[in-house]
Amino acid sequence: MSENKMNIQPTDFTFDKESEKQIALVLAKYPKARKASAVIPLLYIVQDQMKRLTKSAWIPKIAMSVIAKRLEIAPIRVFEIATFYTMFNLEPIGQYHLQVCGTTPCWLRGSDDIVAACKKATGIKEYGETSKDGLFTLSEVECLGACANAPILQVDRDYYEDMDGQKTIELIEALKRGEKLTPGSAINRKSSEPVSQKQSLPENLRTK
Amino acid sequence: MVKVIVDGIPVDVPNGSSVLQACEKAGKEIPRFCYHEKLSVAGNCRMCMVEVVGSRKPLVSSCTQPVMNGIEIRTDSEMVRAARRSTIELLLINHPLDCPICDQGGECDLQDQTLGYGRDCSRFRDKKRAVTDKYLGPLVRTVMTRCIQCTRCVRFMNEIAGTAELGGIYRGTNLEITPYLEQAIYSELSGNLIDVCPVGALTAKPTAFRFRSWELKNTDSIDVVDALGTNITLQVRGSEVLRILPRRNDDVNEFWLSDKGRFSLDGLKRRRLDRPWIRQNGKLVESNWDDALQFVVDKLKSSKKERIGAIAGNLCDVESMFALKNLINKLGSDNLDCRQDSAYYDTSYRGHYVFNSTLNGIDEADALLIIGSFPRQESPVLNARIRKRWLSLTEQFPIAFIGEFLDNLTYKVDNLGDDPTLIHDLLQNKLLFNETLNNAKKPMIILGHGALIRNDAKIIFEKTLALAQKIGAISDDWNGFNILHHAASRVGGLDIEFYPKNKSLDTISMLEKGNIDLLWLLDADEIDLTQLSADCFVIYQGHHGDRSAERADIILPGATYTEKSGTYVNTEGRIQRSFRAVFPPGDAKEDWQIISLIAQSMNIELPYTNIYELRGCLAKTYPVFKSMGVDKNKMCSSIKNSEKNIKKQPLRSIISDYFLTNSISRASLTMQECSKARHANLTTKAAE
Ligand code: SF4
Ligand code: FES
Ligand code: FES
Repeated sequence: MSENKMNIQPTDFTFDKESEKQIALVLAKYPKARKASAVIPLLYIVQDQMKRLTKSAWIPKIAMSVIAKRLEIAPIRVFEIATFYTMFNLEPIGQYHLQVCGTTPCWLRGSDDIVAACKKATGIKEYGETSKDGLFTLSEVECLGACANAPILQVDRDYYEDMDGQKTIELIEALKRGEKLTPGSAINRKSSEPVSQKQSLPENLRTK
Repeated sequence: MVKVIVDGIPVDVPNGSSVLQACEKAGKEIPRFCYHEKLSVAGNCRMCMVEVVGSRKPLVSSCTQPVMNGIEIRTDSEMVRAARRSTIELLLINHPLDCPICDQGGECDLQDQTLGYGRDCSRFRDKKRAVTDKYLGPLVRTVMTRCIQCTRCVRFMNEIAGTAELGGIYRGTNLEITPYLEQAIYSELSGNLIDVCPVGALTAKPTAFRFRSWELKNTDSIDVVDALGTNITLQVRGSEVLRILPRRNDDVNEFWLSDKGRFSLDGLKRRRLDRPWIRQNGKLVESNWDDALQFVVDKLKSSKKERIGAIAGNLCDVESMFALKNLINKLGSDNLDCRQDSAYYDTSYRGHYVFNSTLNGIDEADALLIIGSFPRQESPVLNARIRKRWLSLTEQFPIAFIGEFLDNLTYKVDNLGDDPTLIHDLLQNKLLFNETLNNAKKPMIILGHGALIRNDAKIIFEKTLALAQKIGAISDDWNGFNILHHAASRVGGLDIEFYPKNKSLDTISMLEKGNIDLLWLLDADEIDLTQLSADCFVIYQGHHGDRSAERADIILPGATYTEKSGTYVNTEGRIQRSFRAVFPPGDAKEDWQIISLIAQSMNIELPYTNIYELRGCLAKTYPVFKSMGVDKNKMCSSIKNSEKNIKKQPLRSIISDYFLTNSISRASLTMQECSKARHANLTTKAAE
């Protein structure tokens, strides 16, 4: 969190009804004495609530204090965790979070084109920027664990797989119109089965 | 026991020891940064690598590796040396190497270990990272670029201080140690961060750039800001105490020292009384010893003996109180009191006014009841010991609290409220906590001065003692009945019977209008002199121009605890001795000497002419002083349970401002600043 952006920090935070519902479900999973374990789910709940209410998924510092109080741990412990994981945004971001995987498999399969397309369609110049219309924030992320369908563009929580430059532009234009395209493979392959001929478990063997 | 071989030396160590401990037992030095004996093991610096012979992965970090029977360890093989060289090299990559302007220089683990185990030159040619400094309050200065991320400070705050305010944020090369809020650390033990930090990231703010560690001479001493008797080292250059550090004593303070004990030191130089003063025509004027002594002698001679009284303050050493008692007794008076707060003690048995469990005993206790005390402020280091016990998860340590609950005690207590009549309920087995107490094998009760300074203190004391007996807190091998003192001089004063007997006057009656004509105050500043009659002659013998000096008719300049060798008895009844580090300023003298001079001028013979004879005489009169240390104390086996009832008036804490409890700390600018910062802290907290 850079110091000059501290002034965007709200002065209070309370969980809304929806969040409370989710918190109850999460806390039920842990023994009472170990409820500190729920800190990561609660951070996500905060981020989601912020998105719901302000269209920007991020975690204000005051919310960390609120989580700490709820879980009876020191606020610094929440702060440590929130800063450790890059999935938590500590500053406001655009309405859609474009996360391009830049790790080797995705990069070999053309992630550079996706980045270029993202920049072109949104007007963003560098990673970490938010577009002028406030709709998009572009980030580079490490391997998303979906290398078989590389390259990957993650928008908020959804994976768009087998992407290329053109499809990226289409996706972003759709988002600008307020439409949401179906996540998953952009070339309609079934989960991560081979794109061409199946190499294992061919049909003839399966029937046996 | 497990047998291991370290560099060919066989040693036996207990099961579960670490390899590092085994190496230490064999007398081998293992370099380290993150490992600290009293903190949890983190294993993140990798400096403590040793070689386990024949293992598939021979290089292990010795602090995290448990010993196994028969393993052979090498601490100085080429492999180990190479590992240490690499670790140091990696640590130095992001270290600024600004030793010439770093206060830690000369006592820096990184500096020393680089010299001992590192490479002789640097191969690093790239940019170094820099980290913004953090604000931790008036005591701890930060230069965070120097931090090597050993996390000792984080673990100290978390585990010992119990106020988890520091943490490591971000990750990898961006990792930073930071407080959650940009506020002064809310702890009475924060100065210890400076000691645990192995590099110059956390250093002392009040004394920044004032000295180099190698310029200082050490003198062993005893801390007097509370009654724990923390062992300290006074570090002196020339005639000035420049630093106070805790001295390790596992029976008392372990490695720790309270912030007040460490940083009151600028108060030792300010507002000092460095020559005698005599009041003439309503104004204090500077004087000299000859005139002053003559004046005192005349006054003493012309006063009626039963109208002479003396009160000793909280910082006095036993020797000066003993000398004063002898003199006043010889003058024919027994109006003596070492209890400025008029606390009640049952002095018939020593065990009735000390902390019988001893500090080590806290580690064995299995239930605790605190009555009328807030240990975090009255004795922060003792409080840390309670927390340590509470944290040791092997057994549960239930704690109940009766008194004014100021804030976080750093451990969980069952706060029963501030009503002292709860003791009645406990005696009648009415509370839930009774069951805990009854089931406990080694229950402990701490009775504090919030209870003992009340009018009904005698009743509270007797009922509490009865309760202790009832729950089995007092047996042949366990004594869980404890008085927690706050005044460093108190137990010593009680041991030498510096209190009125029979019809003699105590503090309250001495301070009442018209009861005495001459009042001798030995370092007594925490009393209310406004009721005293205007014509009562007040001798103030002390070191600071504090509260009482204003009312004095004559001021005899004395020595602070750093300027005299003295005996102090801590709250456990442990007898400890300090040594003189510097001479008193100006014309000021050691206190027992002033008293002995006055006795000489009056032709009163005291049976000693030097401090050694005085101590001999002291030990002869009061045999507890025969040897240093602490002994088991006698208790009465059949104390009668008072018939009367405790009043329902709430218990109050005895400390209103932790940082300003004695004349030295009140004179200290650092302590004043801390007090301000604490107030600011509390106001924002209240606003939340
Ligand atoms: S500040 Fe000092 S004690 Fe804390 S992590 Fe850094 S080097 Fe270790
Ligand atoms: S490299 Fe992109 S998902 Fe694994
Ligand atoms: S001392 Fe063992 S890893 Fe740091």
